[in-house]
Amino acid sequence: MPLKILVTVKRVEDPESKIKVKPDGSGIVTEGVNYKMNPFDEIAVEEALRLKEKHGGDVAVASIGGEKSTTEIRAALAMGADRGILVRHEGALDPFVVSAVLAKIFEQEKPDLMLLGKQSIDDDQNQVGQYLAERLGLAQATFASKHESLESEAEQKKVPGLVLSADGKKLAVVREIDGGVETLELALPAVVTTDLRLNKPRFASLPGIMKAKKKELKEIPAAGLGLDLSPKVVVKKLAEPPKRKGGVKVADVNELWEKLHNEAKAL
Amino acid sequence: MANVLIVAEHSGGHLRKATLHAVSAGRELARRTGGKLHLALLGKGVGALADQLKAYGADVHVADAPVLEHYLAEAYAPVVAELARSIGAAYLGAAATAFGKDLLPRAAARLGAAAATEVIGFGGEGAAVTFRRPMWAGNVLAEVELATPVKVFTVRATEFPAAAPEGAGSVVPVAVKVEAGALKTRFVEFKEVKSARPELTEARVVVAGGRGTKGDFKELEGLADDLGAAVGASRAAVDAGWVPNDWQVGQTGKVVAPELYVAAGISGAIQHLAGMKGSKVIVAINKDPEAPIFQLADYGLVADLFKAIPELRAKIKASR
Repeated sequence: MPLKILVTVKRVEDPESKIKVKPDGSGIVTEGVNYKMNPFDEIAVEEALRLKEKHGGDVAVASIGGEKSTTEIRAALAMGADRGILVRHEGALDPFVVSAVLAKIFEQEKPDLMLLGKQSIDDDQNQVGQYLAERLGLAQATFASKHESLESEAEQKKVPGLVLSADGKKLAVVREIDGGVETLELALPAVVTTDLRLNKPRFASLPGIMKAKKKELKEIPAAGLGLDLSPKVVVKKLAEPPKRKGGVKVADVNELWEKLHNEAKAL
Repeated sequence: MANVLIVAEHSGGHLRKATLHAVSAGRELARRTGGKLHLALLGKGVGALADQLKAYGADVHVADAPVLEHYLAEAYAPVVAELARSIGAAYLGAAATAFGKDLLPRAAARLGAAAATEVIGFGGEGAAVTFRRPMWAGNVLAEVELATPVKVFTVRATEFPAAAPEGAGSVVPVAVKVEAGALKTRFVEFKEVKSARPELTEARVVVAGGRGTKGDFKELEGLADDLGAAVGASRAAVDAGWVPNDWQVGQTGKVVAPELYVAAGISGAIQHLAGMKGSKVIVAINKDPEAPIFQLADYGLVADLFKAIPELRAKIKASR
């Protein structure tokens, strides 16, 4: 049973970049900051590719943003996705609006499975998949993971962590939750969000990068979707967290014990 | 009426501690908005838990039905949203646990509400309440406003005290209209990760190891057991396959704030620090004097952890 999969990717600040807040608290300093695909979205793309390799089908990649977001879509195409969709929008968004936009794209594309990263590492909201599932009235499984703690040799031969039923109508998903792991079975179409240990995303190959340049990338203006695009989560002000004042270095375990026992009274 | 509804969480017949921290947040919000705090409890056969909860001075709305036996976002969201509507809740919250983070955004979508995740504090009064929350792995704190009539939030449990019982509420049954046959999600199984140690997010002391352990956690586990502590790990140690997933402390793992956090062989990547910098006392043991962890540790010891930890254990033993 071939699967039609729609994956989302977001352009975010590189997690290795140093994030600084502008003096007036209106935003972050973007000079000198690198951008890349949200790491959880890379995992979603990888999972989509593995499902396609196993079952056949089509992997479309969608992003919402300005012209620059084509970089992240092309990166997913270079990994092996088939085609891209850029919903053009400049300015602030929030999970409420993003999920409304994605619901429209879902209705146009009618995929069997919608795969999203569990959260983006910029606003760290962890909401879009859940909102989207409710808006579409679909089953949801957040924090998709694997029973094994991580991928071993040869990355477990690129086997997908999401298991499609023989009739192609259901998907079993292992979720990483508090105190253990849970398995859910979702009727397709469904919405799944990916956690860290579901897989290890592949690197794009040089031929992959060359091919990606020729793959279809459709643009849709967000303004034409008939939605209210004004953010409902309104960021009033940003600030850097209070710095924890560095403590002291101790010479040896004796002194450490002394400090912990008598000064901090922690032991 | 700016009432506040907090969704309680339970597992294995016990209320989760995080719920009491969310109750605290709910009380604070009710004070700020002049509303009344209500609690929601969903499940099957949860009568005894309802009796425990009502000791926190709020009415406990109990949805008790076979279809709610196993938590499913698809089944719980309509019950919670319907309840929020019926009691005139302007604020709907829960702890930012796997349960809260899965359920609340879905309930928010049903209510046409915007949501703030991992809230660490509130600002303002009345209708102008704002939510303070971390962004960019805790490198930035944002003050956000939710511009919808109903506002949904999850709170980081470590940022609010556990509520103490006060007053007495009543238990109010809630009719459950969810039909099992109509659900598109089916619970298959839950595999509990059993441990004799306290849960990471609830432990008074956490002993954590990173790349510097080279996979040998024996001494760290020994120290943890000496202290009745939980064991944590950096993402590097988890990714290397040395320790289980649920030991991971950090932005993408668990956020902890124990009385004492011992970081051994952990360099202090931003994403790890985001998960533990709220700890009261931080000890860092690392061979590399330049390791970033020393910049926020209260007590830093430049040493080989395989020598230092056994020495520390001996000191602790000798003192008893």
